[in-house]
Amino acid sequence: MSISVDEVRHVAKLARLELDEAEILAFQSELNALLGHFQDIASLNVEGIEPKPHAVALRNVWADDVARPSLLRDEALRNAPVTRAGLFIVPQIIED
Amino acid sequence: MPEYVLSVGMEVHAELLTQSKMFCRCPVAFGGEPNTRVCPVCLGLPGTLPVPNRRAIELVMKTALALNCTIARHSVFHRKNYFYPDLPKGYQVSQYGETNPIGYGGFLEIPTAEGGFKRIGIRRVHLEEDTGKLMHLPSGGSGIDYNRAGVPLMEIVTDFPPDIQSPDEAKEYLAQLRQILIYLGVCDGRLEEGSMRCEPNISVRPQGAEKLGTKTELKNLNSFRSVQLGVQFEMRRQIATLEQGGTILQETRGWNEANESSFAMRIKEEENDYRYFPCPDLIPMEFDDPFIDRVAQEIPELPLAKTRRYQDELGLNAYDAGLLISDQDWADFFEKAVTLGGNPKLVCNWMNSDFAKLLNESGQWVAGERERTRVTPTHLVELVKLIESNSISGKMGKEVFAEVFATGKNPQAIVDARGLSQVSDSAAIEAWVQEVLDAHPDVVESYRTGKQGVIGFLVGQVMKRSQGQANPALVQESMRKALEP
Ligand SMILES: [Zn+2]
Repeated sequence: MSISVDEVRHVAKLARLELDEAEILAFQSELNALLGHFQDIASLNVEGIEPKPHAVALRNVWADDVARPSLLRDEALRNAPVTRAGLFIVPQIIED
Repeated sequence: MPEYVLSVGMEVHAELLTQSKMFCRCPVAFGGEPNTRVCPVCLGLPGTLPVPNRRAIELVMKTALALNCTIARHSVFHRKNYFYPDLPKGYQVSQYGETNPIGYGGFLEIPTAEGGFKRIGIRRVHLEEDTGKLMHLPSGGSGIDYNRAGVPLMEIVTDFPPDIQSPDEAKEYLAQLRQILIYLGVCDGRLEEGSMRCEPNISVRPQGAEKLGTKTELKNLNSFRSVQLGVQFEMRRQIATLEQGGTILQETRGWNEANESSFAMRIKEEENDYRYFPCPDLIPMEFDDPFIDRVAQEIPELPLAKTRRYQDELGLNAYDAGLLISDQDWADFFEKAVTLGGNPKLVCNWMNSDFAKLLNESGQWVAGERERTRVTPTHLVELVKLIESNSISGKMGKEVFAEVFATGKNPQAIVDARGLSQVSDSAAIEAWVQEVLDAHPDVVESYRTGKQGVIGFLVGQVMKRSQGQANPALVQESMRKALEP
């Protein structure tokens, strides 16, 4: 299992990362090393072991449906670079 | 020109009627000042841990059971990864897979024009979270309100290949589904306000072709009418395109309500690469029989079962039954009256005519937050019995009912106070008939020479003499007998 330069580009694009050629090559080798580890895991004999979606043995950890106070709005907006009229402001989204 | 077959798949999103959000305890409400129902969890701040809302899980399971689904024994939440500013975490928590959603493999029945029923297969019923609301500002940039972010959202997806084959069926599916959700108390079903949203995907193929045509997805439909019109428009547009030798593009189209047409939306098609994976922050779910049974206990008699019962057991027609079940409180009122001994057909007639009209005019209702009507099921039963026993005429009944509606007094008390009782005593009626015959010998003569229509005049004279209190049917009968040679 190895990852191509194009796949690194694709993943970087999905993650909104701008990488130059040197970085792409560096990530390719890092990711391949990482995926190599999965190959080690894949070589283990797991016969008779049920697939698990999660490492912990807990099940059904839920909360009751009771509303509690939210943050004060000023507090909620505090870390935002730009706000206006109680809204988080982001650059124009070119869509629909 | 070949005949075409329409296929419509439906994706419906419904906001659940919980008190708090899906993974935090921020309140759920409609409207209000932006960003006043947010916290570190639903804003996706680092270091926070989501905890699922038990009630939301139960509500989705309740819906899945009502839609005849199989309930997953093991179910997990996944992350659906994409970047859009209305999604604070950079992923939406959802449920992926064929047998992982809380419910899968069910069906819903819709009535057909021929009076039968058609099954619409349901592929999955799963739980996810709503996004925030993005507003494009005239001054440039976009503003975001995260009040809706993290509100529990249920998605209901129909089977593939789709069972829905006409614009009417699409509308009927949505109508039935909406009514079920309201009966279950899981969603308020407000299409205009977006608490229930419908996105049909539509394709056509020539009759006999096995493979489905290329589909388009339609957005911005916020009424039953726009669903029906939108599906119809897309169907005709696609057929026209194919007829002219064109090809259908797989795309998302918006519905323009004002000029009743669809338009291609500019949507980034680059990545349907959501990289779903089980959310490591959320613990897997396991549902056992006691849990599922307890949720099943909450399911009331559903609208379709009710209409069938009203027709089969109470002898109503489909139209009347449909009116009664259109609202759960309305149906409850009817059932109470029937339980109290009211004749189902008569109670139904009064409800769907005079009662509905007066409620409509006054803005009152039989339950809930609107001004409450003074009329009780007991009133209606009493009124119906007075008419059935000929104590008052149907016409008097209307007056009595209007007064019950206005004052909340008992029908019998109103009849007594107004001296309204109907005379069905045959001796009294025969005496009035004789008086009238004696007073109008010329009219009697013309009846006997063949002008039978004059009987109406004579009956009218009797009613006048009785001050409207004679039983008209008995007068008619007695008059006819008296006129026989
Ligand atoms: Zn929150």
